[in-house]
Amino acid sequence: MLLGAIGVGYGFFTSHLSFEEVETLLAEEAHHGGGHGEDVAHAAPAHDAHAKENAHGDTAHAKSGEHHVDAHKEHVEHVQHQIANRPWSALYVAAFFFMMIALGVLAFYAIQIAAQAGWSPVLFRVMEGITAYLLPGALIVLAIAVASGTIGHYNIFMWMNPEVTNPESHHYDKLIDGKSGWLNIGWFAVRGLVFIAGWSLYRHFARKFSIAQDTAEDNSNFKKSFRISAAFLVFFIYSESIMSWDWIMSVDPHWFSTLFGWYVFASMFVSGITVIALVTIYLKSKNYLEFVNENHLHDVAKFMFAISIFWTYLWFSQFMLIWYSNIPEEVTYFVTRFQDYQLPFLGMVVMNFVFPLLLLMNAEYKRIPWFVVMAGLVILFGHYVDIFNMIMPATVGDRWFIGIPEIASVLLFAGLFIFVVFTALTKAPLLVKGYPFRKESEDFHY
Amino acid sequence: MEASKVIHAIYTDDDVLMSAVKKVKAERFHIEEIYTPFPVHGLDKAMGLAPTRIAITAFIYGLIGLTVATVMMNFIMIEDWPQNIGGKPSFSYIENMPAFVPIMFELTVFFSAHLMVLTFYLRSRMWPFKNAENPDPRTTDDHFLMEIAVDGNEKQLEELLAGTGAVEINLVDKAH
Repeated sequence: MLLGAIGVGYGFFTSHLSFEEVETLLAEEAHHGGGHGEDVAHAAPAHDAHAKENAHGDTAHAKSGEHHVDAHKEHVEHVQHQIANRPWSALYVAAFFFMMIALGVLAFYAIQIAAQAGWSPVLFRVMEGITAYLLPGALIVLAIAVASGTIGHYNIFMWMNPEVTNPESHHYDKLIDGKSGWLNIGWFAVRGLVFIAGWSLYRHFARKFSIAQDTAEDNSNFKKSFRISAAFLVFFIYSESIMSWDWIMSVDPHWFSTLFGWYVFASMFVSGITVIALVTIYLKSKNYLEFVNENHLHDVAKFMFAISIFWTYLWFSQFMLIWYSNIPEEVTYFVTRFQDYQLPFLGMVVMNFVFPLLLLMNAEYKRIPWFVVMAGLVILFGHYVDIFNMIMPATVGDRWFIGIPEIASVLLFAGLFIFVVFTALTKAPLLVKGYPFRKESEDFHY
Repeated sequence: MEASKVIHAIYTDDDVLMSAVKKVKAERFHIEEIYTPFPVHGLDKAMGLAPTRIAITAFIYGLIGLTVATVMMNFIMIEDWPQNIGGKPSFSYIENMPAFVPIMFELTVFFSAHLMVLTFYLRSRMWPFKNAENPDPRTTDDHFLMEIAVDGNEKQLEELLAGTGAVEINLVDKAH
C-alpha cells in the first residue's frame, strides 16, 4: 500500500511536470498525461532539478518580455514594468494558491479536533497529508515575495521600492511613507517567518500526537492535541488576517479593507475543504480508504456548499459597502476590476457561487463522487481566479492574460503540492486507529 | 365509524425503540405512528416513511420571496418614488441592484422559513384550538410510544413486543 501510494504521488508529479515542460518550452505533443505510478522510473532529484529549471524558465520569460518591449520602443516604461511583473505575479499567485489550500486544511483540521467532531476522524490522515505542504509552500511564497523586492525590481510589492519612501525621489509617495513603519522588507519577512513558524509548529505537534495516539493506551495524546488545536485557532485567526494584509492586500498599498482577512480566509477554507474531498475521492477510488463512505463525502460536500455561500457573503459585503459609499480611494479597487478584469471578476462569482449553489444544493448529488469532483474543480479554478484578481490588477494592470506563465506556474506548484502531499500520505497509516472518536466516525450515518 | 384496536407499546430509550421498530417491521406489522419526546435520528428510514418533500416547498417559497422582494423594491425605490441610491441617480433597478441584495436575501429566507413552518403545521394537521392527538402525555417527557394496528393478532404481537424491551404494552380501543 505504501509503495503504491508513493508511485501514485510520483506519477502525478511527473505527468504534471512533463505537461509543464511542454507548455513552457512550447514544444509539442510530448505530454503523456495520466501516467499513474506504474510507468515511473525517474528519481526524485531529477524532479527537483526540473522544478528549478522551470522557475528559471519563468524569469527568463520575463526578460524576453522586457526585451520585446524595448525593441519596439513604443510602450512606455510603465507598461514594460507591468509586463515584467507578470511572470513574478503568475508565480506568486500560484504559489499562494497552493499554500492557501494547505493552510485552509490546517485550520479545518484544528477545528475538527477542537470541536471534537465525530464524523471526520476517518479523514484526519488525508488532512494531515495535505497540511504537509504548508511549510515548504509558505516558505516559497515568502521567498518569492522577498525576492521580488531584493533580486527583482519590486515586481509584486511596489512599497518595497526604497524610492517611494525617499522624499527626494520623484517616485516619492507620502501615503506609503506613512505606512513604512509596518511595510518594510525586514519587518515583513520577520512577520512572515513568525507566522510560518507558528503554523508549522502546530502542524508538527498535531501530527506527532496523532501518530502517537495510534498506539497509545490512554487518551493523553488526544487531550494534548485538543489543547494545542484550540490555542492554534486563536493564533491562526490573528496571523491569517495579518498575513492576508501583508501578502495580498499590500500589493495595493493605498487601498485597504477591514474585511480582507475574513475574505481571504473564506477563500482558503473552501479551497482546502474542496481539496480534502478531491484527495479523499481519489484515494477511495484506489481502494485505500475503504472506511470512508458516502456519508463522509456528503458532509465534506456540505462544507463545500456552505463555505462557498460564506465566501459569497463576504465578497458581497466587501463589494457592497465600497460600492455604496463610493469613496474614491476605496472604489478604485473595484473600478479597475470592472473595467479591466470583467470576465475573471464576474466569472469568479459565477464559479464560486452560482455553480456550487446549484450543483451541491441537492442532498443526493453531494453523495455522488464524480459530481463532487466536477463541482470541486470548478470551485478550485474559481478560487485560483479569485487570488488572480487580488494580485494581478495591482501588478500588471490591464496587461493580464491567463497564458503560459500562469498555467506553467500553476502546474509547477500543482506538481510540487501533489508530490509533497502524497509522499506525506504514505508516511502513516491512513486511519487514525487510536483516536477516541474513530468508531463514531466509522459508523457515522447521515 | 367502526372502532379499531391498537396496541401501545411504551419504551424508555431511543436505541431500544429503534431496534424494536426494526424487529416489528421485519415481522411485517404495520406501525401506525410513533410518539417521541425528541426527534430520533433515522427513525423515519427505519419505519419506511417516504422522504420528506419539505425541501422542495422550501425552494419554491424561497423563489416566491425573491420575486416579491424584487417586485417590491422595484416599485418602492424605482417606480413609485425614484431614489438617488449611493449618489448614483441612475433610476434603474439593475444598476442599483447591489443595494437591494440584502433585502432580496432576507425576504427569500423569511418566506422560505415562515411558509415552511406553516406548511409543516398544516401537513401535520396542527392548527389553533385543536385537541392533541398524543395518546399519552408521558411521550412529551421521557417515554416513547409505538402505536400498532391490531387485526385479530394481539397475542402474537404482544409476545413480539415484550421481547423487544417494551416497558408497557396496552391494548387500546381507539374510537373514531
